[in-house]
Amino acid sequence: MTMNRPRGWRRGLVDLDVGEVSREIFVNEEIYAEEQERIFARAWLHVGHESQIAKPGDYFVSCMGEESVILCRDRANKVHVFLNSCRHRGMKVCRYDEGSTTVFTCPYHGWSYGTDGRLVGVPYFREAYHSRLDKEKLGLVEVAQLANYKGSIWATWDPAAPPFTEYLGGFTRYLDLQLDGWDGREGQAEVLGGVQKWLVPCNWKFPAENFSGDTYHNISHRSVDLAGIGPSGAGRRDMGERDVSRKLHVCVPDRGHQTILYVLPADKLPPPAYMNAPIVAEYFRHCEEERRRNRGEEARLVGAPGEIFPNTALLSRQPRTMAGWQPRGPHQTECWRWFFVDRDAPSEVKNFLRDYYIRYSGPAGMTEQDDMENWNYAHAASRGTIARRYPYNYEQGHGTAVTDYAYQGLRVPGEVIDLTEVQSSEQPMRNFYRRWAEFMEADDWSQLATWRTVRKAAE
Amino acid sequence: MAERDTRIDRLFLRQEIADFFYREAELLDHHRYREWLDLLAEDIRYWMPMRRNVKFGEAEREFTRAGSDINWFDEGKETLARRVKQIETGIHWAEEPRSRLSHLVTNVQLQGVEPCFADPQEVSATCRFLIYRNRVETETDILVGRREDVLRRGSGEAGDGWLVARRKIILDQNVLLSKNLTFFI
Repeated sequence: MTMNRPRGWRRGLVDLDVGEVSREIFVNEEIYAEEQERIFARAWLHVGHESQIAKPGDYFVSCMGEESVILCRDRANKVHVFLNSCRHRGMKVCRYDEGSTTVFTCPYHGWSYGTDGRLVGVPYFREAYHSRLDKEKLGLVEVAQLANYKGSIWATWDPAAPPFTEYLGGFTRYLDLQLDGWDGREGQAEVLGGVQKWLVPCNWKFPAENFSGDTYHNISHRSVDLAGIGPSGAGRRDMGERDVSRKLHVCVPDRGHQTILYVLPADKLPPPAYMNAPIVAEYFRHCEEERRRNRGEEARLVGAPGEIFPNTALLSRQPRTMAGWQPRGPHQTECWRWFFVDRDAPSEVKNFLRDYYIRYSGPAGMTEQDDMENWNYAHAASRGTIARRYPYNYEQGHGTAVTDYAYQGLRVPGEVIDLTEVQSSEQPMRNFYRRWAEFMEADDWSQLATWRTVRKAAE
Repeated sequence: MAERDTRIDRLFLRQEIADFFYREAELLDHHRYREWLDLLAEDIRYWMPMRRNVKFGEAEREFTRAGSDINWFDEGKETLARRVKQIETGIHWAEEPRSRLSHLVTNVQLQGVEPCFADPQEVSATCRFLIYRNRVETETDILVGRREDVLRRGSGEAGDGWLVARRKIILDQNVLLSKNLTFFI
C-alpha cells in the first residue's frame, strides 16, 4: 500500500513516499515556535493522574508543553487544569510541586484564586479599583477541555478538538493496558510517589519517535543486557511472554498514535515470570488467570512502548510508566516520568517493581541512560548547515503494513506490521511524522479530524 | 584528663573518616570501581531521594521516601555492582567515552559514634560534595549537595577497615539538570 503524502509540508520536509524527514524539523527555531502554536496548543496532552490529587484542595503542578499548569481538585471535588499564571501580571500563582491548599495567592500583588479558579481576592478592590473590576472574567485561565480517562487526566487548550476518546481513536485499547489492573479490572492503576523530571539536550521528537516503537536500537542497550537487571536477574526484562507471542507494530493512521504490541497465542497463558520472588510470581500468575476471565480474548494483548501524539509515552508492561516529553526550546527536552503499580497489589509486589523501575528508567536507569546519549548527540550532530541538507531515513518496512491483521482469531485494526520474522520496521515513525505534518499544515480541527471527512464522503 | 582524651580521640576519628572519604573519591575519579565496591558493606543502602518544592512547614514532604517512593537511587550492593559491570562492558554508551570526574568532599562532620570515640565501631558522618563531570567535548555537569553516611568498622583492609553501610545523597536540585546519573556520588 502507498502512504498518504501530506501536502508536502514546507517543500517536502516530511516526505513519506520516499521515507525521509528533514533534520530542520528537529533543529530549526522557527519550526519549533510554530509547533507550540499548531501542535501543543491544539492537541490533547497528558497532565497527570487523579491518584496524585486524591482529596479536595490537593494539587499537582504539571505542564502542557511549555506552559506550567495546575492540576487540582476543588472543594466540590471537581478536577480542573489551570494555567499557572496570574491574570494581573503573569506571576506563577503556585511554585510548589504538589500539596493541598484552599487558595492560590499570587506573591506579586496578592490576587488570589480558589481551587475552582475563581478570582476571590484583589487587594484594594474597593479603593484602587472602585469595586469595578469584573472578577468573574479574571479567574485563572482554564483548559478548554479536560478528560478523566480511567484516572488519567488529559487536557487541551482547543475548544474545537474532538472529545478525548475520539482523539484516541482505536488507541483506547492500548491506553487501557496501561491504566487497567493486571487482572483486567478497569482503572486499577496508582501512581507511585515521586515524578522524575530531568533535562536532556535534544529535540522533544527524539524521545517521542523512540517510544513510538523503535524496535531497531538493540545495540544501544547491549551493555545493560550483559549486566542483567531484569526482574529475574538477567537481561533487561522477563521475556517469556514475548517469546511465545507475535510481535507487532500497530499504528492508528489518522491519529498519529502507535505502539509495539505482543499478541499471545489463543491457547496459552504467559509463561511464569519473576521466579526469583515467589510472592511476586504468584501475584502475576493469579492476575493472568483473572485477566483471561475478565477480558477473554482481549487478555491476549501484551503492551509495550507506545506513543500518544504528540508527546506522551506509554509503557504498559514492566517497567510500567508514562512519560511526557516537554519541549524546552528546540534543543532541550524536560522529561517527566510517572511510575505505575496496581493499587491493590501486595506491598511486596509494589516494592519489587519499584526497585526494578528505578534501575531501569530515568536518568539513573541503566537502560534509559544509553537512550539519552543517542538523542543528545543525534541532535547535536544535526544542527550544522551541511548536516541539515541530509534528511533522516525512514524507509524500513515501507509499504509492508496491512490493515486486516488477525492472529488466531484476534483482530488488530489499524496499520499493522508483524515483526516476528522481520524484527523491525519504521511504520510507527512514519505514522508519527505523517500526523506531525498534518498538524503543522491544518488551519483548524475541521481539517485535522480527517476521519470525520472520510466518513462524510462515504455517506 | 578523660575529657581531653575524648577530644583528641574525636579529632583523630574525624581525620580518619575524612581520609576515608578522600580515598573513596580518588577511587571513583580514577574509575577504580571494583576497589570502590570493596568499600561498601554487603547490606549497604544507597539512597538518593528526589526533592520537591514544598510549602514552609511541610519539610517532611520535601524528599521522596526510601523504600516506598520513586527516587533517583534506592538500591543495595547487588544493583551497584551491576552498574559497575555495565560500565566495564565498554559499550555503555552513556559512559563511553568515560566521564572526567572530580569528587570534592568537604565539611566533614561526625554526627554520632558507637560505642565511643576510643573504640569507634559505627560512625555517622555528614559532608558536602561537589562533583564536576566533564564528558566528550563540552558536556559539563556540576552536582552539589550533602551526604549522610553511616560507616561501619569491617574486617577488610580496603578502607582502613571502614565500610559504607548507609548513604543518603541529598542533591541540591529539583529538576535534574544532568541528562543522566552514570556515576557514583
